[in-house]
Amino acid sequence: MSDRNYDRLVIRTPEGFTFSMLLAGPITRFLAWLIDMTIVVGIIFIAMVLLNYLVFVSEDLTGAVSILVTFIIWFGYGIVLEWYCQGKTVGKRIFKLRVVDEHGLQLTFGQIVVRNLMRGVDCLPLLYLVGGSACVLSRRSQRLGDLAAGTVVVRTVDTSLPDLAAVSAGADKYNSFSKYPHIEARLRQKISPAEARIALQALLRRDSLDPDRRVELFSELAGHFRTMLDFPSEATDGLSDEKYIRNVVDTLFRSQLKA
Amino acid sequence: MIIDLEKFIAQERPTWDELEQMTDMIEAEPGWPLDLKEARRLHYLYERAAAALTRINTFSSDPEITRYLEALVARAYGVIHSLDRRRTRFAPLKWFFGTFPRTFRKHFAAFILSCAAILAGTAFGGAMFLIDSDSKETLIPAMFAHTYQSPSERVAQEEARDEDRMAGQKNTFASMLMANNIRVSMLALALGLTFGIGTLTMLFYNGVILGVIVVDYIADGQGVFLTGWLLPHGSVEIPAILLAAQAGFIVSSAMIGYGTRDCLKARMRRAVSPVTTLIFGVAILLVWAGIIESFLSQYHHPVIPYSLKIAFGAVQLTLLALFLGLSGRPGGRFAEDR
Repeated sequence: MSDRNYDRLVIRTPEGFTFSMLLAGPITRFLAWLIDMTIVVGIIFIAMVLLNYLVFVSEDLTGAVSILVTFIIWFGYGIVLEWYCQGKTVGKRIFKLRVVDEHGLQLTFGQIVVRNLMRGVDCLPLLYLVGGSACVLSRRSQRLGDLAAGTVVVRTVDTSLPDLAAVSAGADKYNSFSKYPHIEARLRQKISPAEARIALQALLRRDSLDPDRRVELFSELAGHFRTMLDFPSEATDGLSDEKYIRNVVDTLFRSQLKA
Repeated sequence: MIIDLEKFIAQERPTWDELEQMTDMIEAEPGWPLDLKEARRLHYLYERAAAALTRINTFSSDPEITRYLEALVARAYGVIHSLDRRRTRFAPLKWFFGTFPRTFRKHFAAFILSCAAILAGTAFGGAMFLIDSDSKETLIPAMFAHTYQSPSERVAQEEARDEDRMAGQKNTFASMLMANNIRVSMLALALGLTFGIGTLTMLFYNGVILGVIVVDYIADGQGVFLTGWLLPHGSVEIPAILLAAQAGFIVSSAMIGYGTRDCLKARMRRAVSPVTTLIFGVAILLVWAGIIESFLSQYHHPVIPYSLKIAFGAVQLTLLALFLGLSGRPGGRFAEDR
């Protein structure tokens, strides 16, 4: 069973588990399609150049092969790549997109064929206006071909475990909170997963922030955590807001950071 | 409460790695044999990873671990629940002589609708031509401009021709016909998405063109030429277009959902397999029709006697009807696997 939660396709499995996949938006899909079209036209051009050598054998044969090769490349590109590359054409791979079954199952050959053949209607009247409109209006960003084939295009994500070592890299690793294990225990108990996640993400992304915004963000976060906790002043005096958050994250994720 | 992530990951990591390896293997090699022990192990690993995902979502909110586990669980779910869809070795002969005609028979009502639409168009076109013969150029598009001239004149020209006008371009012409007809068939299928209105309109209009030409030639006393011209390739080409429209009507029927309580998604899902089968069958028939049209239909009496062309077309049509009607029936070589 599946439903949509904002920009995600949520799958509820028969075993009672839930997982979600990020749906691809129409603009990203359009850009991926532009790349695919460029590649298709490029391949056809190269094939035509090579087929020109056949003229010496037979002009008639060259004409016939050219028409068939163009036809096969035009219609076969999407079908072959999506079938052999787990739902990814070159354009989709570049934009980290993938065609999947709308129930999270593996794609069947029939689904791939149908979604590609239905492009005949999706591309009407020009530049995928029908398909694009369907994509915008559809709950799952599906063009008509996707609706017919029961497929969706999702964004693929990197499937590596997080690198928490980056949080403490190059920084003063001493944590003044560690002298107060009973308060640290209370912190772990009191803090919600969402709060912990915000603190961790703020640290992981700190170098990509604008300096003023960085100061502002850590000041806000530290202010929030300070109201929740009552560490003695010896532990917090002289700590910058960012260092305060680093200590909080270190307390929450310490064992993993050490690993 | 935050779970001890290090301990948790250290504990679970081996099972995640094992699940990832098994999923990789099955995805890379769909025919990978799974015995009962392996299938149980795969399911166990999947359930364990899914349980870990639930725990992470409940007790921690680290987005990277969540993303990693979601991707892993999604892949494993896809593999496990698609075991019945696993790719089996494709047997082309069994598919063509078994699956294809069986699919055609299973959805015969859609084929009848295709026939009715084209016949209605033919009758309409014929009637329009009889009422006003000047409507010919309005009803027939410019791409068939060679039919604008009087049938008698054309027959006289064709029969007087002493050089081979197709010389040096038969292959190109055949390829052009194949590509164009297959493209038209795909459109007939895709237009099924317009609740069948597009497919119906397309068939009707093709019927109108056919009706005008047929009545024009018969009224001019050129029925034999017409039959000899159209039957050799038309006996395959027209049924192939009707089969493509049949596929389009299967799609539209799934969209409308009359007489079933299944949801749209379930109906469309059921339509995918027959539609794919029919359209590939159509493509094969149209390749044959293109060859016949280029190498046989364009030659007329005295090069090839009309009787021979008509006999060829009639035999071909009979064989096609027998193939679609009887091939793949129970007890035969290409019967459905039980």
